[in-house]
Amino acid sequence: MADMVNVFLYGKKYEVPSDLTIMEAMEYAGYKLVRGVGCRNGFCGACATVYRIKGDRELHAALACSTKVEDGMYVATLPFFPLIKEVYDIEKVKPDEQIMMQLYPEIYSCVGCNACTKACSQGLNVMQYIAYAQRGEFDKCAALSFDCVMCGICSSRCPAGISHPQVAMLARRLNGKYIAPESKHLTERVKEIQDGLCSEAMEAIMAKPIEELKELYNHRDIEK
Amino acid sequence: MVFTEEMIQSMKKVEASREANIALEPRRMTAEEKDALLSAYHPDYKEDGFTTIKTGPNKGEKCPVELAEMLEGHARVLDLHPDLNKVDYDADVLIIGGGGAGSSAAIEADKAGAKVIMVTKLRIGDANTMMAEGGIQAADKPGDSPAQHYLDVMGGGHYANRKELVKKLVMDGPGAIQWLNDLGVEFDKEEDGTMITTHGGGTSRKRMHAAADYSGAEIMRTLRDEVLNRKIPVIDFTAAIELLTDEKGRACGAVLQNMETGEVLIARAKTVIIATGGAGRMHYQGFPTSNHYGATADGLVLGYRAGAKLLYQDTLQYHPTGVAFPKQIFGALVTEKVRSMGAKLINADGEVFMHPLETRDVAAASIIRECSDRNKGVPTPAGKAVWLDTPMIDAIHGKGTLEKRLPAMLRMYQKFGIDMRETPILVYPTLHYQNGGLEITVDGQTNVENLFVAGEAVGGIHGRNRLMGNSLLDVIVFGRNAGQQAGAKAKTVTVGKLTLDHVKKYDAELKAAGIESKTLSPKLLPDYTRQV
Repeated sequence: MADMVNVFLYGKKYEVPSDLTIMEAMEYAGYKLVRGVGCRNGFCGACATVYRIKGDRELHAALACSTKVEDGMYVATLPFFPLIKEVYDIEKVKPDEQIMMQLYPEIYSCVGCNACTKACSQGLNVMQYIAYAQRGEFDKCAALSFDCVMCGICSSRCPAGISHPQVAMLARRLNGKYIAPESKHLTERVKEIQDGLCSEAMEAIMAKPIEELKELYNHRDIEK
Repeated sequence: MVFTEEMIQSMKKVEASREANIALEPRRMTAEEKDALLSAYHPDYKEDGFTTIKTGPNKGEKCPVELAEMLEGHARVLDLHPDLNKVDYDADVLIIGGGGAGSSAAIEADKAGAKVIMVTKLRIGDANTMMAEGGIQAADKPGDSPAQHYLDVMGGGHYANRKELVKKLVMDGPGAIQWLNDLGVEFDKEEDGTMITTHGGGTSRKRMHAAADYSGAEIMRTLRDEVLNRKIPVIDFTAAIELLTDEKGRACGAVLQNMETGEVLIARAKTVIIATGGAGRMHYQGFPTSNHYGATADGLVLGYRAGAKLLYQDTLQYHPTGVAFPKQIFGALVTEKVRSMGAKLINADGEVFMHPLETRDVAAASIIRECSDRNKGVPTPAGKAVWLDTPMIDAIHGKGTLEKRLPAMLRMYQKFGIDMRETPILVYPTLHYQNGGLEITVDGQTNVENLFVAGEAVGGIHGRNRLMGNSLLDVIVFGRNAGQQAGAKAKTVTVGKLTLDHVKKYDAELKAAGIESKTLSPKLLPDYTRQV
């Protein structure tokens, strides 16, 4: 059995084993979670959490599913934050600065406080990717924001009211659709399939008796 | 140091043999060796993990004990007595589930002009799709073809796959990648646009497309963004607890329940798509899982009670490389891409004991054998495990490769003080995927009229074992297909009277079979709350 530590869930003290994550500590304390829980492995951003350690001034941000409890930890989860998500037609927008100006003009009110970066549960340089978005450098914004799980802690700390994860989402889609180079082999293969050029081989392999298919499978060459 | 002394001693052997192990090209097993290994060690062959289904369309067939408990459970709706005349939501297409399949279906049904409503018991995007790491297969490279992809899928699935479904999967594969690319999904590409592709276990061509090791997350967040852009109503934190059928037994909506307030709501629809995903949180045979919190097989239970047939409900996928240590992420997924990039599986003595890219069922069984009868596992607080020698990746491809291609994995371990670039990691199989599910024809429909299924809740596409990267592909291909088909079908449907007759009938069958359970069904969420 692990040592016990004291954690303060929404200010209330609970004694929990020291080897639990914050999320497990809540369940250990008796919570049945519906909010603030999702993939339980750091991908979905449902369990955004802020905490302070007793005696320490710094406010930390983390995902409850992938952060271990510490003694004297004061925890508040942020299961939802009202981000602004503007709607747009991906087929009609263009990958230039105008679109950011139009949909998310508040990014130009960034005061450079860097609170977003300090608060990122993924350790991303949030303020920098917003700077790239301001300049219409969507490829750079996309690359720097790529690991974002959209938990929203950055936005909860922003004095300019920026919804950073949504800005980055737009930048990534613009980059993926319009800026990243076309995959010619993909375009060609899709056309070949549409033109029926793959159909004969497909019908032929589907018609094979199972023993013949097994032979083919067991002796197929495997690309190095 | 987070590792135990025993682990450190074993790790030294792994390090000492690394150079030789990198150079080694392990032999692949023969078909006979694989069959023998699976029947001796794969959890699907463990008799006491299964029971016989006693009622319904698959009566007499085998199914996991925990799933049977839900199929034989007490329908939640029976205690709620909902007023079916008070319709809260009216739609052409009702989509149950907010993951990759549900979202793809929503987009296509919306495009087809249907009035779509999506209900999801948590949030849109809270799904296994979000957690898929390694990639998505499609035969779009020169030297590859849909027929070659078909061969890999059939062989990997032990030839039990439904041929027509496999054909659709592989023929629509490249189109699915293009559709995602056109929505703005950022695939890893060379400067000239060539997709960067790797192998997965059991693939004969390098056709695994990826977005680092956030492949599913990148796809899911893009689909979610598109659903929101289309202003498709998403009713979140609302579970479907039962389907509704009309006087002819056709699906025509669902009884919904707010997960927080308990409010019961009625959704009427011309067609219904079940896209509820997998079952990892059922913890079959006591395994940990890589799955999302909501993966509790709800859709299988709902469909079954309405008369839809299950297929291969007795076959589950245990991902060979779940986290075995540290405890906080026990059971979490270590993507197969780690092995695609060269890391090998190593036992306690520093020996390579198998080819790292055998299919998942074979790899899982091989690890279980190493940790049991062969006694070559590394002891951890949760049981034996084997090494996955991750430092091999940078040793092979150059420093910085792991960080660039596997940022999520690196981050996951760093949070607990482990740098997987420097030290190998400990892994053991984790419950990962439901190979079986509700049976569909190629139009996505079940034997229940107007009831469609897409994504992990479908059975038959992958036979008895799925290959890496074919699930992301299937949620897109069959999600889109279900949306198109259900959208088109809705135009021809006139909804009859909303009833729960099928539930009453099913309940009577249970009683006649002597089954009277108090366990509420569907499960909706696992129960991890400590009893205090």
